[in-house]
Amino acid sequence: MADEIFFRMTNIDKIYPLEGENVHALKRVSLSLDEGEYLSVLGPSGSGKTTLMNIIGCLDTPTSGTYILRGREVEDLDEQELAQLRNREIGFIFQNSQLLPRLTARKNVEMPLIYAGIRPRERRARAEAMLERVGLKDRMDHLPNQLSGGQQQRVAIARAMVSNPSILLADEPTGALDQKTGAQIMDLFRELNEEKRTVIMITHDLKIAAHARRVVHIIDGEISEGGMPHAEWPA
Amino acid sequence: MLSGLRRGWVMFRENVAMALDNILKNKVRSFLTLLGIMIGVMAVITLISTVSGVSGTISSSFSGMGVGTLTVSVSGSDLKTGMTPEDLSDIAALDSVDGVVPSVSLNGRVSYGSDVQSGITVSGRNAYYFSLNEDMILHGRALNFIDDDNSSYVCVISQNMVDEFFLGVNPIGETLYVSGLPFLVVGRYEEDSGGGVASIFSSSPDVLIPYTTAMKVNNSDEVTSFTVYLKEGADSSAAQEEIENEMDILFDFEEDCYTVSSMETIEETMNTMTSMMSSLLAGIASIALLVGGIGIMNMMLTTVTERTAEIGLKKALGAVPGQIQMQFLMESFLLSMIGGLLGVIFGLGLSYGLCKVLGTSFVFNSGAVLLGVGFSAAVGIVFGWAPARKASRLNPIDALRAV
Repeated sequence: MADEIFFRMTNIDKIYPLEGENVHALKRVSLSLDEGEYLSVLGPSGSGKTTLMNIIGCLDTPTSGTYILRGREVEDLDEQELAQLRNREIGFIFQNSQLLPRLTARKNVEMPLIYAGIRPRERRARAEAMLERVGLKDRMDHLPNQLSGGQQQRVAIARAMVSNPSILLADEPTGALDQKTGAQIMDLFRELNEEKRTVIMITHDLKIAAHARRVVHIIDGEISEGGMPHAEWPA
Repeated sequence: MLSGLRRGWVMFRENVAMALDNILKNKVRSFLTLLGIMIGVMAVITLISTVSGVSGTISSSFSGMGVGTLTVSVSGSDLKTGMTPEDLSDIAALDSVDGVVPSVSLNGRVSYGSDVQSGITVSGRNAYYFSLNEDMILHGRALNFIDDDNSSYVCVISQNMVDEFFLGVNPIGETLYVSGLPFLVVGRYEEDSGGGVASIFSSSPDVLIPYTTAMKVNNSDEVTSFTVYLKEGADSSAAQEEIENEMDILFDFEEDCYTVSSMETIEETMNTMTSMMSSLLAGIASIALLVGGIGIMNMMLTTVTERTAEIGLKKALGAVPGQIQMQFLMESFLLSMIGGLLGVIFGLGLSYGLCKVLGTSFVFNSGAVLLGVGFSAAVGIVFGWAPARKASRLNPIDALRAV
């Protein structure tokens, strides 16, 4: 398994119909990633970064091209296999933390483990360990609306990590937070990356992207590797 | 294999917990939805239990009174319209027959002094009838063979009549006028206390007179209805055949002149009627269940739409379509089952109350309970299927966007 390809996208195209026209959202995107990397995908809205995120996150399949994640070719998988792959390999972190409002922080974090068929006792232990890791040891039995925005996002991060996925996939994780809280969340991501977790951050915000060790730009569905860009994009 | 089972069990427990949580989250809405199923099941249970209680009581009272008797009603032919007393003697003389009780009813007005009453049933019987029921006369004497032979103007009256006409007066020796003719009251009898529902079919008359006298009052010399009492141990169907042979001879083998029915055949007819009634009522009640099922489907469709974001999130976290479908199916199943169980409880209570009011015995009908529970389970699955499938097929990308 040593030769297993961790993450490689080759010539990915994504075309989908919208109001009678075909939108070419991704054009010949190629991207490779090693385990433990911290990558930002930086692009303005409408650049195709959400489409790219959906494909990276196995929520969608490309129109053409190949995508290999942990040695598996994603483009041929059916809906059920995609779901199982997401469960094992992808930890999603959304802009608005997307917690289930009637479940406690612990129960929210347990959710991916439920779909993995893990027994209650083990679920509980793993969820508690993750919440402790993100600094919410004393908030485990709180409901989302009893937590601040930053704390909610920490719960979401704990939930993303609990199944030990290959990639933490964050979509504008600080978009709904104030600057100070946002900075704390970014610090957390950096720490997690230092613990050898692979992070892909999708953002339109230069300052957020700058936290990553590697940045790729996406404009009009085309991707270009590069250092920090010099121009600022409108949000 | 084992891990698949474990995963299934883990998911099953989570699904039950999530379903209950969602049902309890919208208490009012859930209650109103399951009300439809509850009422449907309640109706099924109540109707079936009550009908089977009533028919049970009827058949037990039938079998109590009807052993060893056959009822003959005569419609007659053009040449011969009924049975003469001689014909009755022929029947009574048959091997398996112990005796014959003719029944001749009069619908005259009954008066005592200036007191006039209508709607009192007067029936002609014979001495054999009284010999069968020796204990029925409380005071005075019974009617006897001499009364029959002489067509005497004598009568015995029921306790009911005593209360109507003779309050504070000893009725025996008084004169009662039936259709304007004077009858001497010779005795007082106690009505058959068998009572209950069965008394509707065999209500005992208020005034009994000799049947020969009754025929004279009716200006007829024929009897059209009588009961045959069989000898002890005689086989009912063999006796019926013997009687029918004799009747055929009396009516010159004309067809459709009479019917001989045993209590068993009447009971069978009653049973067919009640079971038909049961299935008819159950059919009506299942319409209520259908409506309840549509209510569940409606609520589940609303729920799926409301929880689109939740479904999208769960799919992103790795829920496969089957798991989403099971979650919603479990919810509609449990909702329907709760309604069904409440319906069973209330239905049993209601039918118990109805049986008390009707004076019939309450029979716990396990078939009805199984039917109710089974029906509500089926309704929950059938009507929850489409919404659950809709949920499972939501595209996670679109669903996530619906925040």
